[in-house]
Amino acid sequence: MNMRLKLMACASVLAMGMSSAALADCGISSGDVSILGNDFPALQAVVAGAQECATGSVTVTTNLTRDHRDLQVAALTANPSQYSVAVVANGSIVPLMNAGLIRPLDDLIEKHGSDLLPTQMVRVEGQVMAVAFMANAQHLFYRSDVLEQAGVGAPQTLSDVLSAAEAIRSQGIMDHPVAIVSGAGWNLAQEFVNLYLGHGGSFFEPGSAAPAINNEAGIATLEALKALTGFSNPDYLTFDSNAIQALWEAGEVALMLHWGSRGAGILSGENSTPEIVASTVLAAAPTVEGQSRPATTLWWDGFTIAANTSDENAEASFLAMLNGITPERIAANSELAVWLGEGYEPTPASAGVIASAQGGAAPYPMTPYMGLMHTALGDNLAPFLQGSASAEETLATIEAAYATAARSQGFLN
Amino acid sequence: MAATQRRSPLLVTVSTALVLLWVVIASFPFLWTLWGSFKVQADFFSLSDWRNALRGTFTMAQTGSAFTGQGYHGAWVQEEFWRAAMNTLIVVVCVVVISLTFGTLGGYALARSGFRYTFWLLMIALVFRAMPHITLVSGYLLPFFQWNVWGHLPTAIIVLVAINQPFTLWMLHSFFLNIPKDLDESAMVDGCTRFQAFRHVIVPVMWPGVITTGLFSFLLAYNDFAVTAMLLSQQNQTMVPKIASFLGSTQVEGNVMFAVAAVVSATAPLFVLILFFQRQIVSGLTAGAVKG
Amino acid sequence: MKHRTFFWFILPSALAMILFIALPVVSVFIQSLHVEHEQVLRTVENCGPFGCAEETIVDREATRELREARPLGRFAGFSNYLDRNHLAITEIRGMWERSDSIADFTRRAMTLPFWRALAFTLTFTFVVTPFVLVLGLAIALGVNSLPRIFRGPTIFVSLLPMIVTPLIGSLVLYWMVDSRGVLGAFLQTVTNDPTLSLRASPTLTWIMLIVYGVWSSAPFAFIVFYAGLQTVPEEPLEAAMIDGANRWQRIRYVVIPHLMPLAIFITLMQLMDNFRVFEPIVGFQAQASATSLSYNIFNYLRGDAAQFGAAATTSMLTILGVVVLLAPVLIRTWRDFNRKGH
Repeated sequence: MNMRLKLMACASVLAMGMSSAALADCGISSGDVSILGNDFPALQAVVAGAQECATGSVTVTTNLTRDHRDLQVAALTANPSQYSVAVVANGSIVPLMNAGLIRPLDDLIEKHGSDLLPTQMVRVEGQVMAVAFMANAQHLFYRSDVLEQAGVGAPQTLSDVLSAAEAIRSQGIMDHPVAIVSGAGWNLAQEFVNLYLGHGGSFFEPGSAAPAINNEAGIATLEALKALTGFSNPDYLTFDSNAIQALWEAGEVALMLHWGSRGAGILSGENSTPEIVASTVLAAAPTVEGQSRPATTLWWDGFTIAANTSDENAEASFLAMLNGITPERIAANSELAVWLGEGYEPTPASAGVIASAQGGAAPYPMTPYMGLMHTALGDNLAPFLQGSASAEETLATIEAAYATAARSQGFLN
Repeated sequence: MAATQRRSPLLVTVSTALVLLWVVIASFPFLWTLWGSFKVQADFFSLSDWRNALRGTFTMAQTGSAFTGQGYHGAWVQEEFWRAAMNTLIVVVCVVVISLTFGTLGGYALARSGFRYTFWLLMIALVFRAMPHITLVSGYLLPFFQWNVWGHLPTAIIVLVAINQPFTLWMLHSFFLNIPKDLDESAMVDGCTRFQAFRHVIVPVMWPGVITTGLFSFLLAYNDFAVTAMLLSQQNQTMVPKIASFLGSTQVEGNVMFAVAAVVSATAPLFVLILFFQRQIVSGLTAGAVKG
Repeated sequence: MKHRTFFWFILPSALAMILFIALPVVSVFIQSLHVEHEQVLRTVENCGPFGCAEETIVDREATRELREARPLGRFAGFSNYLDRNHLAITEIRGMWERSDSIADFTRRAMTLPFWRALAFTLTFTFVVTPFVLVLGLAIALGVNSLPRIFRGPTIFVSLLPMIVTPLIGSLVLYWMVDSRGVLGAFLQTVTNDPTLSLRASPTLTWIMLIVYGVWSSAPFAFIVFYAGLQTVPEEPLEAAMIDGANRWQRIRYVVIPHLMPLAIFITLMQLMDNFRVFEPIVGFQAQASATSLSYNIFNYLRGDAAQFGAAATTSMLTILGVVVLLAPVLIRTWRDFNRKGH
């Protein structure tokens, strides 16, 4: 735990030091700022920056919780809304936009946001709806020593990964050399999404909510999933992020597709051995043969401002959040995330995410009904991997499950 | 029980063996957790060899001794778990007291009224109880935010009391049925009102049932995750959501050992409580055994 | 008891239940009869940190009027109940026609979320409940015959499976039953099968969940029975002993009848709680092999695309299921009630 502890201690010491030195230097005259978001160290650092803006006339309250996605719609629907800031990601901004609960930020950016980079703006139909400050993606981790022992080079493509796994297995180095975040439900669906986009597929018919996954790319994706999990431990349908990180740290796997945000922990070596850490390489997600983009999806985290809050509070919130992502703060917290703002010094842990982004990986779609597709995938992929349904049947089942959900949500007729 | 004297040695052996076996099954996971809470994550959740948890290989390597208090320090000092413990204490005490007050009054009335509607009331209460909590909670969110009562301890308390009422009513109703009617009715013949009879005759003999019911109210409030995670703000968080927050999320690693240490230290005070509660049940023996 | 007195006694309890349970139940029922308004979609260009893309968005202006006129959505009658996510009548019929055997039909039907969840939920309920009753009674009798000094600690230890929050309880157990954990390794030694993994096979996962269910609920039955045993009247016991009844006969003819109301209570609560089984499925990450109705509701509500209508419908079906399940016990209670009350 030590590395993370130190980092967190750093962040809070920094925050305290700054708050006594530069109290209320945010340019806010008055207002109430209240922030709802997920609970992780990088976001805690941002929020600590926002909290420095608190003065006699400015209040800053925060609620960082894992369940923020389940609270945000109700909390921002109330008028006045419970929170003036919701910190979201590509997936979780969608319900807020569908219900019109967040406001365009163009005027605030024009007034105060001259330091923001153009790439930080999340524009919907030309209007900035969110300011992104960090990125994440699943990418390839591999063990250079094991691959060397097996006599294979650094994997670039999906078939490289599979043949490396085969080489490791056939030489008896490891029985189950591959791990992916393949727990049934959201995680497995995320793997499908990554691989399907990597195969050049698209989820919906253009301009409509009709599903379009029952095609060659879909079948190829399922086959790829089956091939990858075939090299995984038989428990793979119960693997969440923690489980496969533990496998890696125990030296049980040599090839892994995992979240970039886990890189820092893995490289810290806290729960593993120096040999494993030294030979861990973070690389771009593999590409699929004949396709150019890495088979992964890019995620951003950013902040949005509630629509049902006064203009005064909105401006105060915007300024407070800007104070959370100043270049100095980002520079001081570079280890915590792959930051998108000015001041970020890439660390070794960010190599895989950056390589995947440079390789042109697709962002996770912000389509209003993508969440329904993700749920339908998560619920119905397991029977195929367990061998109780064919690929065509599985894709048809997913489309049927999705269509039912989309009909009751009003996206399809 | 007078029956104890005339028991065959075989029966005693069998029943004691059964209890012993059960004690092992019931306590082993907890003892394992207790032991593991003084180790580091790489030992307690060791993939290479589960015996690492016994030997403490990584604990030795990382901290220099076979046991470490890192998890406890992290949870209580660094993450300020005591705040959550305080909140839990408030929630639990209030929920138990209010639930039992409402429940004894209602349960007594249901046990003593012979009219048909009492049966239907009990049935409706049962149906209410069938409602999955997560559906209820997601329905509360919007009105609570709108009325600006979301996030406060009293809101969570009253919701937990309400959710727990059907169970409390049913359980106390069953216990009151076991207390002979003649007790309070003779008091009423002597000129007491219904409430006085309840207060002076029933209350003194109802403790075994009330304590047992209270134990369940307590556990419900203490272990609740669905309600407290969704209805309390971070400042008012109780222990279980706080422990959940130690576990991390899909994208970000948590600190499992903080959670393990927190669970162990949250269980310790219960030991005292249950010893006390056990005496109450047994001391209620004579009261409950009055014949009708 | 007079109606008036009854009213005042029951009032606080009833008020709490009406406000926080009855009203939500009614609103959930109403919600289950509606589907969302038709969403008007528009294709626009979205740009973010990773470039621009053509994407669809919901046209808010076009749907706003519809929403304001009817905030609940479109009235859909019972169509939510009949759709593929719930009773799936049409799909079942289609599958029946296409299947060449019962096994094939079952395999297909297990892709329907409601029926798949119901299959596990019912199995779990009907296996766990009787085991909990019997085990609870056995432990209560055993503990009751211990010397008094051991009872306190034994009760505490017996309650541990209930006390340790399910969130962590299942996490630790999940780890222990892993093929590399302490229990998993123990099982591999016992069965002499080094590849045995409880998590990899659907059947073993079901068994694991059921064992966990019995383990975590037995303390409930135990403590209720134990409290009941403290009030067993002495007279009939002594009379039975004078008549030469052995211990088993005394339990059978004196103790068990005395505990009958409590047993009914436990059965009611256990049937209901087991029918709503949820935590172990999430805790053991078992959703690939087993889902329950409560898990389905959770699945509809959580994440980036909450489906309130589907969750409401599944909730109503859960309530209906509980009522059907409890009907035999309730009818019995009704007879007892009539016999006693009048």
